[in-house]
Amino acid sequence: MERQKLIESLYRFAEIMVALIAGFAISGVIMWLGGYDPIKAYRAMLGTSILTTDPYNLAMTLSFSAPIMFTAITFAVGVRAGVFNIGAEGQMYVGALGAVLVAAMSLPGPLYLPLAILFGSLLGALWGAIAGVLKAYKGVNEVVSTIMLNWIAFWVVEYTRVDLLPNPRDPSKTIEMPEPGRLPILLKGTELTASIVLAVVVTLLSYYLLWHTVLGYEIRATGMNPRAARYGGINPERAVLWSFIIGGIAAGLAGVCEIAGRPPHYAITTGLSNLFGYGFDGITVSLIGANHPLGIIPAAIFVGGLTAGARGMQIVAGVPLEMVKAVQGVIIIALAVPGLLRLLKTRLTRGGG
Amino acid sequence: MDIGAIVEIARQTTYAMTPLVLAAIGEIVTEKAGVVNIGLEGIMLLSAFIAVYVAEVTGNPWLGLAAGTVLGAFIGVIHSMISNYLKGDQIISGLGVNLLALGLVPFGIEAVWHVRGYHTVPPEAKVPALPLLRISPVFLLTVLIAVATHYMLNNTGYGRKIRAVGENPEAADVVGVNVELVQTVATVYGAALAGLAGAFLSIDWLSSITKELSAGRGFIALALVNFANWNPLLALAGGALFGITWTAAEWLKIIPEIKAVVPISLLNTLPYIATLVVVAGFIGVSRPPAHIGRPYKRE
Repeated sequence: MERQKLIESLYRFAEIMVALIAGFAISGVIMWLGGYDPIKAYRAMLGTSILTTDPYNLAMTLSFSAPIMFTAITFAVGVRAGVFNIGAEGQMYVGALGAVLVAAMSLPGPLYLPLAILFGSLLGALWGAIAGVLKAYKGVNEVVSTIMLNWIAFWVVEYTRVDLLPNPRDPSKTIEMPEPGRLPILLKGTELTASIVLAVVVTLLSYYLLWHTVLGYEIRATGMNPRAARYGGINPERAVLWSFIIGGIAAGLAGVCEIAGRPPHYAITTGLSNLFGYGFDGITVSLIGANHPLGIIPAAIFVGGLTAGARGMQIVAGVPLEMVKAVQGVIIIALAVPGLLRLLKTRLTRGGG
Repeated sequence: MDIGAIVEIARQTTYAMTPLVLAAIGEIVTEKAGVVNIGLEGIMLLSAFIAVYVAEVTGNPWLGLAAGTVLGAFIGVIHSMISNYLKGDQIISGLGVNLLALGLVPFGIEAVWHVRGYHTVPPEAKVPALPLLRISPVFLLTVLIAVATHYMLNNTGYGRKIRAVGENPEAADVVGVNVELVQTVATVYGAALAGLAGAFLSIDWLSSITKELSAGRGFIALALVNFANWNPLLALAGGALFGITWTAAEWLKIIPEIKAVVPISLLNTLPYIATLVVVAGFIGVSRPPAHIGRPYKRE
């Protein structure tokens, strides 16, 4: 039994590796078609993120891992409950908004950070709960509702940036988190702050919640078979709603950490440009991490490395930053193919023989 | 409000509804065959990009529309391979297409035009509006497609096959229907229409290409499928309702009394709030095909 499980896990791991390779290979062809040198690009990307001993680059990789570790939990907890919560993006926006609202108050210094965390995660939870209620009690497709909520959040937060809380010294961003409310920088001269510590702690907590609490059991049972769960005395609607609330808290914290723990801005910038995309990156991280909190940690470091290395890739090989998002898209499409490895093996042996 | 304003609102709504209706009708056919494609948003965006590129290079907007449609169909083939033949996860595959577009389109804009994020379509690459009425020929085509698709689904042998495959693939299989092939045809048709919708967005209605161009319309189309109870003609009518919220948001922005009270960014939320309210109110009334979203595996 244990051996069977181990073989299955190894198999799944090999499959994910194949998807990653496919992602890089196909994207390499696209880069080549666009007139760029993919080898040079990948060498620069990985050389300035993961495959390096330079502490600056490693720190930047970790700093970009933090927000997407949070948003990956959002997606993973949803999948465990049997829903596709792709609303981390909007939940993260309102989480950041919560932190900025706290930053705009005049408070005793030590209160900023705890209040920002409280307020941001509450707003994230609320935003998630809207989709949760619509799904659990009205049967509304969560894929549609979460995307609508993402766009509503985008414009509401953009409104706040422009009209309510613009920075008096720099109108392109909101009011900054004041000094005492900021998370400590872990490595001087980099963007690595205690955000990463919070992200790892929350990821481990989500593991504990899913596998060692009654609520976690109810969420997983609902995801496997809602009818059987109901028969077993579980309320699947409640479990689904909770999965959205927990996911919203995690995504809200991603937003809070970008405000309290991302130098140099400590604020929301024009068009939410310093937040845009972290919610969707979380989907990639969760899928690469097999929707498991313990898989999410290394997967977040990998995808964080892509983000960090994108700058190096642009400087050295001239490839536009966004290429790393295309790589992620191809990886996910490859991950949708079941038994990818088995398929490849039969094709290869057939081709060889 | 005078009659001229009403006519103008109606004219603008024909633009706002066209991409929603095209994508929804395509998705209706796809879902009738039991396949879900949530990658409509990504297809729209990728096709919007390729349409601008082809229309500019050739100087022919019709070729641009065709290119967008063909690219949509091509992505439909990939989604079919994964969903119908390899029996993969349809939602994950669709998500992948959406994320791919989010990266590939801004990459492409920079690679082709050497600008970041925004490119305006030159006049010679734009689809000309019909004289007198000043509406898009693509809108007329959309009405035609709605009627033809409705007829095809309900009154032809192939339409019966599509519905059978989505309701009960085992039974269809037993009587000799090639389930995977029918599902593939339906998926490719749906993706091609989403591609046309994307091309319409860039080289016809909005005359630009950005990574936010589709602005959630692919997902609003999914909501419209549900709202229309998988009926192409109802999708046309429902599309007018959804489309008018976009027109209304634009109109409210230019009315001084409203502009003074409600900021523009908040008016932008109107179509999304309307979609949420509508789907929350209408769900339960409609009924999806029985075997939707799950791959058909022979015992």
